[in-house]
Formats: sequence, C-alpha cells, structure tokens
Amino acid sequence: MTFVRASLAVLAASTCLSGAVAAADLSIVSGAVGRDNEMLRSNLDIFEEQTGHTVTIVEMPSSTTDQFAQYRLWLSAGNTDIDVYRTDVIWAPQLADHLLDLSEAAADVVGDHFPSIIESQTVNDRLVAIPMFTDAPALYYRSDLLDKYGVEPPSTWEELTAAAQTIQDGERADGQSDFHGFVFQGAAYEGLTCNALEWVKSFGGGQIVEPDGTISINNDAAAAALQTAAGWIGTIAPEGVLGYKEEEARGVWQVGNAAFMRNWPYAYALSNNEDSAVAGKFGIVPLPTGGEGSAATLGGWNLAVSRYSEDPDAAIELALFLASTEVQTRRATELSRLPTIVSVYDDPEVAAVQPIIPQWKDIFLAAVPRPSAPTQRNYNEVSKEFWDAVHATLSGERTAEASLRRLEARLNRLKGNGWE
Amino acid sequence: MAEVQIQEERTAPASAEAASRQSAVRSERLRSAWLFLAPMLLVLAFVAGWPLAKTIYFGFTDASLNDLSAAEWIGIDNYLEYLDYGDGEGEYFGLLADDEWWNAVWNTVYFAGISVFFETVFGLIVALVLNAQFKGRGLVRAAVLIPWAIPTIVSAKMWAWMMNDQFGILNDMGMTLGLLSAPVAWTASADTAMTAVLIVDIWKTTPFMALLILAGLQMVPSDIYEAAKIDGVHPVRVFFKVTLPLIRPAILVAVIFRALDALRVFDLIYVLTPNNAQTKTMSVFAQENLFQFDQFAYGSAASTLLFLTIALITIVYIRLSGLNLAGGGR
Repeated sequence: MTFVRASLAVLAASTCLSGAVAAADLSIVSGAVGRDNEMLRSNLDIFEEQTGHTVTIVEMPSSTTDQFAQYRLWLSAGNTDIDVYRTDVIWAPQLADHLLDLSEAAADVVGDHFPSIIESQTVNDRLVAIPMFTDAPALYYRSDLLDKYGVEPPSTWEELTAAAQTIQDGERADGQSDFHGFVFQGAAYEGLTCNALEWVKSFGGGQIVEPDGTISINNDAAAAALQTAAGWIGTIAPEGVLGYKEEEARGVWQVGNAAFMRNWPYAYALSNNEDSAVAGKFGIVPLPTGGEGSAATLGGWNLAVSRYSEDPDAAIELALFLASTEVQTRRATELSRLPTIVSVYDDPEVAAVQPIIPQWKDIFLAAVPRPSAPTQRNYNEVSKEFWDAVHATLSGERTAEASLRRLEARLNRLKGNGWE
Repeated sequence: MAEVQIQEERTAPASAEAASRQSAVRSERLRSAWLFLAPMLLVLAFVAGWPLAKTIYFGFTDASLNDLSAAEWIGIDNYLEYLDYGDGEGEYFGLLADDEWWNAVWNTVYFAGISVFFETVFGLIVALVLNAQFKGRGLVRAAVLIPWAIPTIVSAKMWAWMMNDQFGILNDMGMTLGLLSAPVAWTASADTAMTAVLIVDIWKTTPFMALLILAGLQMVPSDIYEAAKIDGVHPVRVFFKVTLPLIRPAILVAVIFRALDALRVFDLIYVLTPNNAQTKTMSVFAQENLFQFDQFAYGSAASTLLFLTIALITIVYIRLSGLNLAGGGR
C-alpha cells in the first residue's frame, strides 16, 4: 500500500505544479454505502497534503433517489457551496445543463477508461462527469452451505429458487429460524429498477424502453419474470425484502442469515471483514438467467463539477484526482470497487488482494444499461413507474400482467410525442 | 371594522364636536396599529405570500426546474386536459384525472382522520391523568413531552430500526411474548405500512394534544367539581356533563392544529416508507414531481391543490364545529 500512497503523492504533486493556483476551499457531496466515505476522506487527505486545498465532504443518504432530489434543487438554485458532485451513472442527461464540460481537462485520461462508460457521461459532446468506479451486481452464495447441501452455484433463476428453498428448509430445521434463502433489493426505489431489469432482461423481456425509444415492457417474457420474482416473497425471501435497499440486504447476509444475495461489488470486501460472520465462506457467480442469458444492470458513480463552483479549476483538479488510476487502484484493493480504467483489471497487485476484480470484468462487460439515454429527462419518472409496477406485483397487489398493462399505458402517456 | 365604528358613533354623545374629536383619536389609533403591523405583514407577504403566488402561477405553466425563466403559460392543462387523438377517441390528462393523485389525497385524508382521532382520545386520557394531583407530577409532565421534543427525522429513523423485520425490537418482543407467529415487515408490507406510519405519528404527537387539552382542563374552576361531589354525581357523569363541555373549545382548537399538521405530513412518511403507494401523501406526491421528476409545473399544481384542500377542510371544520377563532364571546 505504501507504493500506492507514494505514487498518489507524486501524482497530486504534479497536478499541483501544473496548476500552480492559490489554495481553495472545496466541498464534495457524496452519498455512500459501506466504507465509501472513509475511503474518500483518506484520499482527500492526500489531495489536501499535496495541493494545499482543503476539501469538506458533505455526506448524503445512501439512496440514490434521495440524493438526486437534493442535487437537482441545489443545482437549479445555482448553489455555490458545492463544487464537486458524486453522480450516479443515470443522471448525466438530467443534470447536464448545470455541469462543467470536462472533455478538455480530461483529454489525456479519457482514453484509459472504458469507452462505454465515457459515452454514458457524454451529453451533446460534453463530458459532464468523469467516472470514479463502475458497478455491476453479482449473485453472492454461501459456499459452505452449498457444500453442506450438495448443490452447485445456480445458473438459472429456477435453480436458485430450488437451492434457496432446500437450504432455507434445512437451516430452519436446524433451529436457525431467522434464516432466509435469498435477499435482494425490493424497496420501491431506483435499486428495485436495477433488480427487476435484470429479471426481465434475463427472461428475454427487453430493457423497458429500448435504445430507439420504443416502450417494450408489456410482453409475456417480462410478465413471466415478474411472476417468478413475486413467487419468492414470503417463501425464499423474507417479506421485509420489499423494504430492503443494498445495506439492509447486506445486513441479513453478513450476519449469516441468507444463502444467496444479489448485490454490488462493494459488499464483497465488507463480507470478508474480520467481524463478518460469512468471511471466507462465500463466493460470487454471474446473476442467474431466465433462459435468455444472464443480465447485470450497469451501475457506477462519477464525479461532476458544478457550473456554479467558485473555484472551477481546483474542483476539476479534485475530480480528476479522485478518478485517477492510483486512486481507483486503491479503491479496488481496499473496497472491491470496480475500476473504470481498463489497465487496473490487469494489475497483478489488485488481483492478488482482490482476486474477484479480474473475475468481475466479464460481468461488467456484459452489463445492461438502464434506459436513461433514450428517455433523457424523463428517466426518473420512467424508473419510478417501473419500480411501482414491480413493487405492486411483488407485494401481490396486482398480477404481473395487470401491472405491465398499466405501466405501458402510463409510459405511453409520459412519452407523448417522443422522449425529450 | 367599519361596522364597529358605526356602532360606536351611534352610542357617542350627541355633541358633534366630541364625536369628531373621538374619530380623530380613532383614526390615529388605526394608523399606529397598521404601522405596528406593517413589518410583520411585509415579512409575511415576502416569505409566505410571494412563494404561494409563485407556486400557483407555476401550476399554470410548463415550467421545468432546469430553467424556470423559460416557463410559458399553458392554462389549466396541468389540472385537466382532454387530448383528442384525432380519431374521435381521446383521453383526459392532468392532476384531476390522475389516479395516483387521488390515491395520495385519500391516503392523506385517511392518515389525518385516523391519527387525529387517536391522538385526541389518548391526549385526553393523558391530560386527565396529568391534571390529577399526585407526587412527582412535574416530572411526569416533563417526561410525557419527550416524544414530541424529538425531531421527527430522528424519531422516524429510530422507529424504522425498531420496526426492522430482522433486527427490530418490536418483532422480537412480539415473538417472545407469543403475540406474533412470524416477524412482520412493518414498513415494507403493503398491509402494515400505513399502520406503521400511524403508530409513529400517534406516539409522537399525543403529548402535543395532551398539553393543549391540559391547558383547557386547568381553566375549569374547581368549585364546579366540588358542587358535583357534594351532590354525589358519579365521576363518569361528571366527566361527560361537566368536564367535556367545558374543555370542548380547547379540544376543538387542538384538533384543528393537529389536522392542519397531519394534512401536510411529509417528513415522517419520507423517512419511514418513501415511495410506497400505500402511504404516499399529497406532500410526498408534490415533492416527487417537483424535484425527482422533470415535472415542476405539475408538482406546483399539486401543491396548489394541496393548499386548497387544506383550506377547504379547515373552513368546513370551523363551520361545522362552531369554533370561534376571532376571539370574544359567541
């Protein structure tokens, strides 16, 4: 780790020399799951040491839905208090007007990142955010329990359902009354859109709204996918899963009360912590398929500089620093956050500490984007209509068919003469 | 005001001179009254009147939060718009045709009705207990106020943990005592989400009701009770025939305060069960459209309707209850 720290120092020093600006007071706003903000703070300390700038973290709740409303409000009001925003991969088209174009400042480094991620953050030829880390979920499984019951890691949802049921029944018979087969993110928020998109896509039900803007969600495959998922509630998944976000699911998993979990890579490093009940007793595989291949929703976070920043040069410097190869390497080794820089996946040091990172590259490369590009400024509403429909199906309020019919009508109404 | 003046002039001495002197004093008083009120009226117009007018205006435009200055007047389309598809068929759009809006209205009214009812009943009981003479009354009175003193966000988060389906103490106690056969996902399940929100709200706001009703109880003169005691009236009868009629004005005022608060409930629901259709209130609906979605105008229209709904309910309530908020005798 000393090597990484030293190279970080060199990098920060070099950016400082080239910038040669007076010390600035910066603010970065960031939501977090797990230890994200601890890591951010320690990286900022290095940045402060080398540049003389001071950076304050404004902490936000973990839910991306909650963060967005606040950021939109601040940006619309031209708030000068925040210089750098940590933005979700889906926000770029919705916030682009308020963010600085980074393409010039980042010209030297954009080539190092995956082109698809850079593209997702480019709106009308302006690079509005620089990728910090990417995200693609996987299926976590308890290797010790799979051995105990003689099951293989599942590759289809059907196998997952059967395996989860077997293990849950067995463990409960052994007196583990709080044990559950499968946990995921079922609360009505953006995370449910991610989960449900994976089910639908893996059943061959499309991507809600296709890249050309067609609303495709009302089809039999999508209905079958949602019906399957609805069958888990109260059987292999606790009823409370309808209120779980990432951290609630990890809570159940990490105390050893779940056989399977769908979650993002950050949970990997945390599950291997010393205080974790499942440390060394789990593995990951790509998410199961419904017959049409495995699908993982593309996530990830980026750094955007506000147009209203009082010190844009220092703010851009900070964003580029936090997205640099060195910082991404550190984030990968310590937090198992997926880098957006291609070369980090081939770094033997990263592979030695987190063997999972190279393995995850394939999951990430096959990831499905949410329809934020075709639906543009309406994405949040599209997503909310989708998660509402899914939540209603999971909670048994409506059948999958009825939910999807209603969803299609509401999306058509939203689309009007075309997405804008 | 004019009416009062006429009345006073009528009773004024016949002397015209005296009358004019008096009216000069009156107008002098009026002027200084307005002068004293002016700063507050200005501040009110600035912090309440102007935003309200702006919100109502935005409700009639196609404003987007991205660029508010580009808002254009579109009439009542945000409220109701008939879109003809050109083939004789068409569809109604707008808030008044949006079933999610009506669901939010129903949720709000339901929440307000149930929560205010229980808070009044429990508040009355607590107030009666606190009104009795017993040792350590001051301490208990202070302790009762604690739930009300905790910020809503904090108490909502606290309850969210207590109601957690895996680690929550409510489920643990219920299971240990044998009241529950399986852990209940209080805030997640469609059947219990509203109940969960109601439990927290009633817990939090009962002290407020108790406080207001207690103030009313202390105004009741004790000689009435003594008279009732001497006459040997049963305590239950005393309560219904003496106490309740005398504290009725206090209860009515307390109820209207709480109802106004409950109708615009936001923070508790936003923290406890965000985005659940079963608990989405008018305020949450408006916030979602204003800031989450690119629907600033629609959200403004929803805020306007929320304002009108609350105003309407308040007026109807004041009329029906015969409450006199202007002060003085009836």
